Amino acid sequence: MGLKVLVPVAVVLLALGAGMIPLLATGNDPVVAYIALFQGALGSKHGITETLVKAIPLLLTGLAVSFPLQARFWNIGAEGQLYLGAIAATWVALTLTPFPAFILLPLVVLSGFLAGALWGLIPALLKTRFQVNEIILTLMMNYIAINWSNYLVHGPLKDPKGFNFPVTAVFPEAAWLPRLPGTRLHAGIILAVMMMSFIYFILRKTRLGYEIKVVGANPQTARYAGMDLTKILLLVTILGGGMAGLAGVGEVAGLQHRLRKDISPGYGYTAIPIALLGKGHPLGVGLSALLFAALFVGGSNMQQTTKVPVALISIIQALVVLFVVAGEALLGRLSEARGPLQVRRGDPTSPSYDARRTAD
Amino acid sequence: MNTIFVEMKDIVKRFPGVLANDQVDFTIWRGEIQGLLGENGAGKTTLMNVLYGLYQPDGGEIYFEGRKVQIRTPRDAIRLGIGMVHQHFMLIPRLTVAENILLGLKSPREPFLTIEGAEERILHLSTEYGLKVNPRARIWELSVGEQQRVEILKALYRNTKLLILDEPTAVLTPREVEKLFEALNRMKKQGYAIVFITHKLKEVKEITDRVTVLRNGKVVSTLVTEETTESQLARLMVGREVSFQISRPVVPKGQRVLEVQDLWVLNDKGLDAVKKVSFSIQEGEIFGIAGVSGNGQKELIEALVGLRKVEGGRIWIREKDLTNAPPQKILEQGVGYIPEDRLKVGLATRLSVAENLILKRYRDPELSKGGLFRPEKIKSYAKGLIDRFDIKTPSLDTPASKLSGGNLQKLVLAREISQEPRLLLAAQPTRGLDVGATEYIQAKLLEQKQKGTAILLVSEDLDEVLNLSDRIAVMYEGQMVGIVSAEEADRQKIGLMMAGG
Repeated sequence: MGLKVLVPVAVVLLALGAGMIPLLATGNDPVVAYIALFQGALGSKHGITETLVKAIPLLLTGLAVSFPLQARFWNIGAEGQLYLGAIAATWVALTLTPFPAFILLPLVVLSGFLAGALWGLIPALLKTRFQVNEIILTLMMNYIAINWSNYLVHGPLKDPKGFNFPVTAVFPEAAWLPRLPGTRLHAGIILAVMMMSFIYFILRKTRLGYEIKVVGANPQTARYAGMDLTKILLLVTILGGGMAGLAGVGEVAGLQHRLRKDISPGYGYTAIPIALLGKGHPLGVGLSALLFAALFVGGSNMQQTTKVPVALISIIQALVVLFVVAGEALLGRLSEARGPLQVRRGDPTSPSYDARRTAD
Repeated sequence: MNTIFVEMKDIVKRFPGVLANDQVDFTIWRGEIQGLLGENGAGKTTLMNVLYGLYQPDGGEIYFEGRKVQIRTPRDAIRLGIGMVHQHFMLIPRLTVAENILLGLKSPREPFLTIEGAEERILHLSTEYGLKVNPRARIWELSVGEQQRVEILKALYRNTKLLILDEPTAVLTPREVEKLFEALNRMKKQGYAIVFITHKLKEVKEITDRVTVLRNGKVVSTLVTEETTESQLARLMVGREVSFQISRPVVPKGQRVLEVQDLWVLNDKGLDAVKKVSFSIQEGEIFGIAGVSGNGQKELIEALVGLRKVEGGRIWIREKDLTNAPPQKILEQGVGYIPEDRLKVGLATRLSVAENLILKRYRDPELSKGGLFRPEKIKSYAKGLIDRFDIKTPSLDTPASKLSGGNLQKLVLAREISQEPRLLLAAQPTRGLDVGATEYIQAKLLEQKQKGTAILLVSEDLDEVLNLSDRIAVMYEGQMVGIVSAEEADRQKIGLMMAGG
């Protein structure tokens, strides 16, 4: 357990340290810049709540990537699933306007979850049946989702009173997620923490969690033990996609109260280094999400007070990814080497992969 | 024509725990094909890897045309004109034949690649030696036989004068074997020297001029092929000594637990690995399958446990037809499996020891109720197994990857045996283990037999098979070439069968 915590901490420190190099190279004082960074994120009530606001979608999408990854499924589609959740939530909020909050709000949340789950299910089904590589598939589906959303806000769902901006009408108040008064911190945080605990519970305490871990560790062994790889894959992607969908719900129903163009600045993609840093542990993902949220929020403060561009944050994020991967390689845990001439007959981690199949 | 080309003197090569080459003398003449014969682990590949610069010898010298040389890397070997074609090809599927052959070579017009000139030369070589292949074809388009030709051409292209082939016919169809031998004979006539590593006696008789037999790292004899017979070679390969007899308990045989009839199974490459195999095993019996690895044993066991498709024939376990049944159903019948490659199939190394131990029982209501685990029960169950089977691990939560080979095998054994299986399939159960672990595993197998378990033991360790089995079968090239009882088992005869005699 000690090593598992040590490595991510080391990675973060290394990334922050390495982030000083571009600062120095451009003649900036790294210490001043970093102080501004942390002050912005954690130095005031406003900073802290804003950090938490950003942490909500990051945690949810982080889990959306991290959880399926436990079963060796790379969910690069968290961004698209977020958008689908936002679209569904928007549609429900704007269509079922007359309903009271205690009906409308749960419907909004549920529809967002289901839409995201569906968006995650499709690549999983294709992987199960046709052994398609999910990385490309989920990535491509992001574009479909994002463009669909943009089409909706430019067209069918555009707010007639919106001065031609690509935004939808404002949601009825019954569809607004409650907020902490005086801040932008919305109830999405409860959803996020609930999901984090739920995932922890599944992985640690249930049979399903065990099966997921075995599939992720060695699909062949899982098959031998009689586990149903298809069922497991579909379950993790439904949950994963659903959680990303909830991130979308949070953004439209909690933060913006409407759907607008580019509702997500890439949360679903930032989720990937967050998931990697969290190393499969939901709490780890939570802490990573907080860290990245702090970097986001502190970064804009840093830019305002020290003129260091916010691009530095992107650099640090990239360094995190780099160091996480390097760390894995150093600890020798990269996937088993393949034989030199192994013709790929589909993806061994797909449930329908049949090691018993012979040459085609 | 027959002058000494390469001489290896007193070669010693040690690996942790094993002396792979024990003062080996090996001489190669020009214009000859010499066979290097021996069982698995006899030291043949190791010796040639030393010659090819992949290993550094711990002792001994190598002389090239009378001159003492140091071969530190394959590059040195290639520079001397030594080429090697390994069992596992080292080709890049997406590139063309020509590109693969040119890999690593400097172009005459650096940095530009001159493919046309190369293609011409490749075509010339390929027609001269009957190794037909299209230089523009991509590797993944080629059959295995053709890919092997590319490997040979790679060596020839680099002006090899000594070609080493490691078990080249293991992956070829009979027709392709014929063509290969034609090509080798042509090369021989041109003055090439060829070393042919094999465990197949027929091939030794067919293609080699001389043959050196290795056993347990030592040279047993070097003979002129014409002057020897298959049975003599077999005897030399497996030895005449009486092996140490473990006292084998006599157990009254019970019902038939496993029955296999006319089984046909394919290997990963789509070729027949198991050909019309039939046998049965009773309660309280250890049925041993001897044979050099790669003759279908792995595929047979995988088919029995449901991890490989059965193309023809039937499998009955405890009277139920379980041909092509999923592993879950087969395990339900009380089947235990100790896989040959324990890391690949038997374990999830990233997970903890405890998590691995419960792999087959995690659905039991005792360990998990209503989908939730009962951590205390799991702990005590795991601890019980660790104590009973003397598995050395720092803790229950240690990742399995940290365990030694012997302890990993004990883990697998513990997991399988604690289920009180009716049928235990053990593939190479003591491979790679030290003496202590080996004895332990063997004792446990005998213990299980006394409890009435039927055991299928596949092992390339002939001693192990002879010591533990009640009946012994030999697999050669996918067929079961003979089933004898332990009393009738004659070591020479079995050795002969193992090598195709």
